[in-house]
Amino acid sequence: MTTKAVYLDNHATTPVDPRVLEVMLPYFSQTFGNAASRSHGFGWEAEKAVDQAREQIARLINAKAKDIVFVSGATEADNLAIKGVVEFYKDKGNHVITAVTEHKAVLDTCRALERKGLATVTYLPVDRYGMVDPDAVRRAITDKTVLVSIMYANNEVGTINPIAEIGKIAREKGVLFHTDATQGVGKLPLDVDAMHVDLLSMSAHKIYGPKGVGALYVRSKNPRVRLAAIIDGGGHERGMRSGTINVPGVVGFGKACELCQESMADEGQRVLRLRERLKDLIFTQLDEVYLNGHPLHRLPGNLNVSFAYVEGESLLMGLNGSVHPIAASASLPPIAVSSGSACTSATLEPSYVLKALGVGDDLAHTSIRFGIGRFNTDEEIDYVAERVVSEVRRLRELSPLYEMAKEGIDLKSVAWQRE
Amino acid sequence: MAYSEKVLDHYSNPRNVGSFAKDEPNVGTGVVGAPECGDVMKLQLKISDDGVVEDARFKTFGCGSAIASSSYVTELVKGKTIDDVMKIKNTHIVQELSLPPVKIHCSVLAEDGIKAAIADWKRRREDAKGERKAAS
Repeated sequence: MTTKAVYLDNHATTPVDPRVLEVMLPYFSQTFGNAASRSHGFGWEAEKAVDQAREQIARLINAKAKDIVFVSGATEADNLAIKGVVEFYKDKGNHVITAVTEHKAVLDTCRALERKGLATVTYLPVDRYGMVDPDAVRRAITDKTVLVSIMYANNEVGTINPIAEIGKIAREKGVLFHTDATQGVGKLPLDVDAMHVDLLSMSAHKIYGPKGVGALYVRSKNPRVRLAAIIDGGGHERGMRSGTINVPGVVGFGKACELCQESMADEGQRVLRLRERLKDLIFTQLDEVYLNGHPLHRLPGNLNVSFAYVEGESLLMGLNGSVHPIAASASLPPIAVSSGSACTSATLEPSYVLKALGVGDDLAHTSIRFGIGRFNTDEEIDYVAERVVSEVRRLRELSPLYEMAKEGIDLKSVAWQRE
Repeated sequence: MAYSEKVLDHYSNPRNVGSFAKDEPNVGTGVVGAPECGDVMKLQLKISDDGVVEDARFKTFGCGSAIASSSYVTELVKGKTIDDVMKIKNTHIVQELSLPPVKIHCSVLAEDGIKAAIADWKRRREDAKGERKAAS
């Protein structure tokens, strides 16, 4: 049995791969130059390292190296893409199309633009699996549309959007296409030319690279995409993102991309097999468990499940148990997962993504997201399945809803006393 | 979020879990909350004719703090008169379990639950009296 904590929250972040860390280390105190210093070897060395990383990153998405703009992470990349396009193309139009299941970095950016009166935004619905309909994108495009922003793979339910089709439509209509590919990069094939992607957000720490560094791909040709910068300063990154480049971070990001590219097919298969194993172990041992998201078109490492009648945070607490000295499961290694339950958020609202898929609030409160990654093992998956099954059974014994359901009471017909 | 030791203790070793038979005389049942709000508590009190809580049971769908709040009140009410139980305030539960501000609603629900159970017990007694009168 596994003896240390099991990390199954790889959509939130991933550990830095030791091979990534190794290449980063010299750039902290040995090759520490500023990549923008043109007058000496310290700067040239740093610039060389940054250029190599640019190549590695570009290769993963079949882009040109010079089209990679380094930023602090995917949130900044999303902000720069959307605000930058809306600002630059304000004479052409002010309409943006996105979807209700996008990450907050996209949704809140759009809302901020609406609030300031700088854009009107169409938030497309998704089907019950979380997928955007390319025809809906086509229908939403008007002569005022300047940008379509649709994510590649969803961070909660893992659903993969048909971005190649959406990109094709946007290109035909002469509208720029941005995709937040934070969860898909390095795990799913990406080709910005074949998929007609004009702007693409990515982040290093989701692919076993360091936190605090990401990139925005900005197409420079066919068509040339122009952006108004958000951060003004020394004019780094073709003037699109001023600020000294995080050289060690960028070097690590480059290596992380290279490793993903080398192992994508094998790793995808392995992670998918682990995911299916976890799913089978859970679904064969428990009744009334529901898969959220698409059964096939989803990230290999994503499993999002609602465990009816068991509130998500209480399940997290049981799985986490042993980090607390007096919990019943003190001798058991803790398991890190996340939940779409309201109780894990500051707002007390359950997941807006699950809501958009038509998952009722009752089931949304019982959802758990398992994020499987590069370093998980069969042994860990078996252990997690065993713990999940036993905790769900224990909590169902505590659950008045489970008792009522077993008595044949239709929970939907009960006149609940709401707060 | 860090849980207090008392919350962890009640979550891991909940007291008085279960259900009394619904038709058992002297049992009052309170069910509060709603599944779509993420919290449902069922609190049951067995109350003697002279109004003393003899026993209590609970089942809760909710986060760890909700489970702990309900487990704790079942301990708290035992041996108390219903008048004293009616005086229990959620703030007492908050203090005892060191609940953070975002979990105060769990304590409110527990307070509502015991009060609903007592109201149910009173209602059933009135009904029983009414039936006896009608029969005589």
